[in-house]
Amino acid sequence: MILKGIAASDGVGLGRAVCVREESLDYSQVPYSGKETEKARLLAGIEEFGARTSAMADRIREEVGQKESEILTGQIAMLADPFMRSQMQEAIDAGVCAEAAADSVCTMYADMFAGVEDEMMRQRAADIKDIRARLLSILLGTAGVDLSALPAGSVLVARELTPSMTVGLKKENVAAILTATGGKTSHSAILARALQLPAVLSVPKMLELVKDGDGLIVDGSEGVAVLNPDERTRSEYLIKQKEFQEKTAALEIYRDQPTVDADGTRYSLYANIGSAAEAETAAQSGAEGIGLFRTEFLFMDRTSLPDETVQFEAYHAVSKIMAGKEVIIRTLDVGGDKAIEYLGMEKEENPFLGHRAIRYCLDRPELYKVQLRALLRAGAEEKNIRIMLPLVTCVEEVRAARDLLEQCKKELAEAGIPYDADIALGAMIETPAAALIADLLAKECDFFSIGTNDLTQYTMAVDRGNAKVEKLYSPLQPAVLRSIGNVIVAAKEAGIPVGMCGEAAADPRLLPLLMAWGLDEFSVSPSAVLATRANIRRWTGTDAALVTDEAMGLSTATGVEGYLRASVNK
Amino acid sequence: MVSKQVKVINPQGLHMRPAQLFVAEMAKYKSDVTILFGEKTINGKSIMNLMASCIKMDSEIEIRCEGEQETEALEAAVKLVESGLGDL
Repeated sequence: MILKGIAASDGVGLGRAVCVREESLDYSQVPYSGKETEKARLLAGIEEFGARTSAMADRIREEVGQKESEILTGQIAMLADPFMRSQMQEAIDAGVCAEAAADSVCTMYADMFAGVEDEMMRQRAADIKDIRARLLSILLGTAGVDLSALPAGSVLVARELTPSMTVGLKKENVAAILTATGGKTSHSAILARALQLPAVLSVPKMLELVKDGDGLIVDGSEGVAVLNPDERTRSEYLIKQKEFQEKTAALEIYRDQPTVDADGTRYSLYANIGSAAEAETAAQSGAEGIGLFRTEFLFMDRTSLPDETVQFEAYHAVSKIMAGKEVIIRTLDVGGDKAIEYLGMEKEENPFLGHRAIRYCLDRPELYKVQLRALLRAGAEEKNIRIMLPLVTCVEEVRAARDLLEQCKKELAEAGIPYDADIALGAMIETPAAALIADLLAKECDFFSIGTNDLTQYTMAVDRGNAKVEKLYSPLQPAVLRSIGNVIVAAKEAGIPVGMCGEAAADPRLLPLLMAWGLDEFSVSPSAVLATRANIRRWTGTDAALVTDEAMGLSTATGVEGYLRASVNK
Repeated sequence: MVSKQVKVINPQGLHMRPAQLFVAEMAKYKSDVTILFGEKTINGKSIMNLMASCIKMDSEIEIRCEGEQETEALEAAVKLVESGLGDL
């Protein structure tokens, strides 16, 4: 059976399905099997909780930091409480199953903590609720899969791929990823590409169709999966997989080559990352810097704001890994499709046109300054961090951000804390407004980076997640191309560097245009670095200019697409 | 039964880490450990009860130990609280 979805991460993977299902913590159908059995189940569950949580804590200590791991070691200590355990055992004596006992005692403590005056202690209520959910899921046997212990050749089948799922994921055991939701630019897609695993997303009814252990082929380049394939199909795809692997291996020769075109003109080729952990992947991918470090991941999957230390550590780690290379860090880009509960953002009629990104941050200076200070401090040693503002639409926003940045510098100087006094401040150009006033913004900014995903969406007034209008979403639309061209030319005239960090920077069809206009820096996903370097090397300045003239003379996206495809394949 | 009054001196009171340290130490002794704090009677071997009682800096508490090893348990408990529970 053929399943169709969105091609989100290149490559072909063959393996067996491991389904990560949504958990139900309903225990109403669990029978009471007698005191002794229930108590033994409870103790085994608590023990398992300790083992799993301590393994999680170890990974988080390595990947994130000591402080974060202490949240988990604290949870182990809480559940190890002998008094709490005896209360659960008393509940079992009274005739309920282990699940009900765990539920009632945890809920009692959560309520107790929620009611205390001490703010710090009140936060423990969240810990206990978390303990309750994880313990119940262990007792019910619905604890999903421990993704750190997947058998080799697993095809991960999930509603979506979340950052927390990738913690400790042994990617050598994962053949491919299939999800029920998400588009080409969703977190699932970004994570899959960062892990360099083939992925097909948004496969309809997938969770009903695929069962654990089913044979699966995932073609992440075509956006197709084959469920329980026959032998012939399998061998066809094995050949395809081999071809892909050979192609990938052939790109290896470009790893240590400079990024130059056929005339020897130099370009910067950077990588996009979404977490400090991915910086290693980027460094190994052959990237010459980080063109976009999304900081949202630091703010997600938690219940309160990450403080200055947490942020500093993440930025500092990336700065160190990329020592001697530029690291462009985008400040918090929330709102729209990226809601963060504890920020208390109001529901909006039209979030994509609403209170998001730089607009939100400038209205919450106390929150924004924490991030700016952390960035200033993180760049103190290597001096390689550059700050990028998301969703800029007018000059005032850049000025306001610069004012806050100067305030932060003053505060740090007064406190005698080292920081990078010359840190660069740039704008992400991702709205038609910013593209139209690129010349004005260029006077206020130290650099530009074009975000083609949002620029395309806002220019074409199309929701990229809506399948009915998705066909309008193309960076090859003449309107989008003209915008991109304007921005690059304005930056060149003002003498500031200009990069591109959207998906389009890796699009081989767009390369000649970007090169001819004079783009300085291409920032692509780590898995696309080598292919992009190879593609850049194929063009001479003259050829790129000719193709650009020709393409810009065409009036439809289809025309541009057909022409560029033919030119690129020549 | 042995008991002693002590003052909590660590700035954050008995929050997670100090409480963790306290119950881990008390678990080594066989005696019961009870803490009297204002109106509250707290099981000194229960981190949950200890934390939920929100004992703050400068609070006077009474530690009571009863049963086998009560003297050693009390001595260890008092020493730990007076040393600031690793939080100074």
